[in-house]
Amino acid sequence: MSALDSLHLTAIPPEAEALRAQVRAFLQDAVTRIPAHVRARSWGGYDSNLSRELGQRGFLGLTLPKEYGGGGRTPFDRYVVVEEFLNFGAPVGSHWIAERQSAPLILKYGSEEQKRSFIPAICRGEMYFCIGMSEPNAGSDLASVKTRATRNDKGWVLNGQKIWTTNAHNCHCMIALVRTSGTGEDRQKGLSQVIVDLKLPGVTVRPITDLSGDSHFCEVFFDNVQLAADAVLGREGDGWEQVMSELAFERSGPERLFSSIVLFDEWLAYVRTPQGRTPESVRLAGRIIAQLAPLRAMSVAVTGKLARGDSPVVEAALVKDLGTGVEQSIPALIADDLFRRPAHEVPLELLRTLNYVTQAAPSFSLRGGTRDILRGMIARGLGLR
Amino acid sequence: MDDLLSDALRQLLQDQCTPQLVRAVESGQSPAGLWAQLEESGFADALVPEDQGGAGLALSDVFPLLALCGSQAVPVPLAHTMLARALLAQAGVDRPQGSIAIASVTSRQAGGVRCAFTSFGRVADWVLTAIDGATVLLPTAQAASEPGVFALDASLQWTEAALSRARQVPGAHDLEALQACAAAAQLSGALMDTFHRTLQYANERQQFGRPIGKFQAIQHQLSVMAEHAFAARMAAQMGCHSATAAPDRLRVAVAKARTSEAALEVAGLAHSIHGAIGFTAEFDLQLYTRRLHAWRQAAGSESYWQEVLGEELVDRRDGLALDLVRATTDVD
Ligand SMILES: Cc1cc2nc3c(=O)[nH]c(=O)nc-3n(C[C@H](O)[C@H](O)[C@H](O)COP(=O)(O)OP(=O)(O)OC[C@H]3O[C@@H](n4cnc5c(N)ncnc54)[C@H](O)[C@@H]3O)c2cc1C
Repeated sequence: MSALDSLHLTAIPPEAEALRAQVRAFLQDAVTRIPAHVRARSWGGYDSNLSRELGQRGFLGLTLPKEYGGGGRTPFDRYVVVEEFLNFGAPVGSHWIAERQSAPLILKYGSEEQKRSFIPAICRGEMYFCIGMSEPNAGSDLASVKTRATRNDKGWVLNGQKIWTTNAHNCHCMIALVRTSGTGEDRQKGLSQVIVDLKLPGVTVRPITDLSGDSHFCEVFFDNVQLAADAVLGREGDGWEQVMSELAFERSGPERLFSSIVLFDEWLAYVRTPQGRTPESVRLAGRIIAQLAPLRAMSVAVTGKLARGDSPVVEAALVKDLGTGVEQSIPALIADDLFRRPAHEVPLELLRTLNYVTQAAPSFSLRGGTRDILRGMIARGLGLR
Repeated sequence: MDDLLSDALRQLLQDQCTPQLVRAVESGQSPAGLWAQLEESGFADALVPEDQGGAGLALSDVFPLLALCGSQAVPVPLAHTMLARALLAQAGVDRPQGSIAIASVTSRQAGGVRCAFTSFGRVADWVLTAIDGATVLLPTAQAASEPGVFALDASLQWTEAALSRARQVPGAHDLEALQACAAAAQLSGALMDTFHRTLQYANERQQFGRPIGKFQAIQHQLSVMAEHAFAARMAAQMGCHSATAAPDRLRVAVAKARTSEAALEVAGLAHSIHGAIGFTAEFDLQLYTRRLHAWRQAAGSESYWQEVLGEELVDRRDGLALDLVRATTDVD
């Protein structure tokens, strides 16, 4: 538990805070006219023009080195900017995974060649990546992946299937976790990460429609896809370790507490009207703030650890489990508040936003690792396993 | 310096404030011996400026000390006294010897004044309270005292004559925020202690041939406890974030709302995981879980402080919810 003992109230440095006004001014202009029920998709929303514009303005790749087109700044700088994206409901989904996960991963494990060919384009908001971890029979039990890359004289031949791959239909590349040696019995051993150009012959991407009618995640099939020898990211056989360090980036960010925030602000605007204000809704507003505020402080504390070069895996799991629970409670609590009122009084746009977030909410505690898996990780951190 | 100070207080409390002593004070024994030790240690003056004989610390610095009052179930109002003495020093009023409970719920009665259900009212030497908008310090020795619900609490009543002799404290003070700040910090300590005790118990208690902590259902309950205990500690830390000795009311609102909410969850899970033994008077768990409930109720429950936050948020005519969240979480 010693890792968790050190989660202390942490200051965001003024240099990072200074970015807030800049990014806010831009977003106020660029996204507030988009209706709330669309902004509610937030990092699930897709707009490559916006991503490129953010890239041009230097809001992407803030933590990446300048020599690869990044900002050479700290995780706090990125925290502030990303927090603003989420709170405005900016449709940042096109570049999201590439910027959050793939670029830092390539920076850490990639060859010089890979760094040069991918990172600058990611920082410009022009190149998008997806994560190929899950398979039909490898969800929580990720070590059981079966997609396999086999060596041949030209490099590697890839066969298998990935599923639930967010944004694969709009992405240029996937970083896939695949088996390069041994069998499923070997579990974590013999896994590697490979970079797959999704335009290659033999790759088929099929979007899956979710229960709200959106298509943001996909099935991806590999049928004898020929990869070059340098498609392996990092060292062959180190895939498991690399994936675990990648997940710490994925789990610790503000996107694990602000997924319902556009709905909350839209509801708040209604509660701020004379007609919308009731004693119950005022109290509910405070209840949600009292949940979000300590969570944000914890999430900033985890960012402090990342900034110091730690790998706060257990803390990130704790913040994510707590945070996604709060994100999921927000649509439920708001629905309870709104549907004790006369139906005709509630603005339609608010109800549409509520409807969208209600339907999206189950995913909050699934994407990035389920609640039960995270609790298992916390228990491990507590020394129980 | 934080660590040195809290190590010293922890050591003192481990020696002097044993579970036996806590039980004895709860069942009526005088806490004077314990208080004398604490007085001598100087911790009660931690927030008093150095030129007035204190340690000159800021509220943020003493958070670990306030939390320790909860994690050691200290049966005297040490946390309250630290805050009250700072207030008196700042207001330029002589500080009396003895412990001070802070009470804000005061009503005028025929022929006197009453502080209902004062936290630590039974064991405090003084009560700092507000009457008709003015802050006063009253000696408990001159009050008629009725027991409260929690063993250390009491309702206290003073006559008009006693009131006229009360020490007046100039200035406007948010006693409610002070109380809630102390309660939240003590809660955070008691929550963390309850969690650690339960974790240890889960590693020791065997059923079906293995420690119950090896069962996934118990592991997940402990993970949830950890989440609440750590979120509550962060919230209480926010409540104590201040460069002066006085807390910020909105940060306190987050602190008290969140720690009170955690109190309910953590007390419930702790008892569930301990099985029947945790339900006994003999086993120490109850020293903490009874406090979790008592302090959840003291100084405004979660709803009360949620309303304070909600009004602040709704009364801001525009702006993102994020901006209120930032106002309570950002530190320099
Ligand atoms: C919106 C969304 C986007 C996603 N994006 C991506 C992506 O881009 N790339 C990617 O690779 N994946 C992605 N995923 C997949 C996601 O990571 C998986 O859904 C997740 O890991 C769970 O796997 P599963 O769905 O196969 O559930 P299962 O593993 O079948 O789990 C089903 C239930 O059983 C529980 N369970 C399983 N094992 C245990 C255990 N050992 N102990 C206790 N309980 C257990 C789980 O917690 C869950 O409640 C996405 C998912 C969603 C919903």
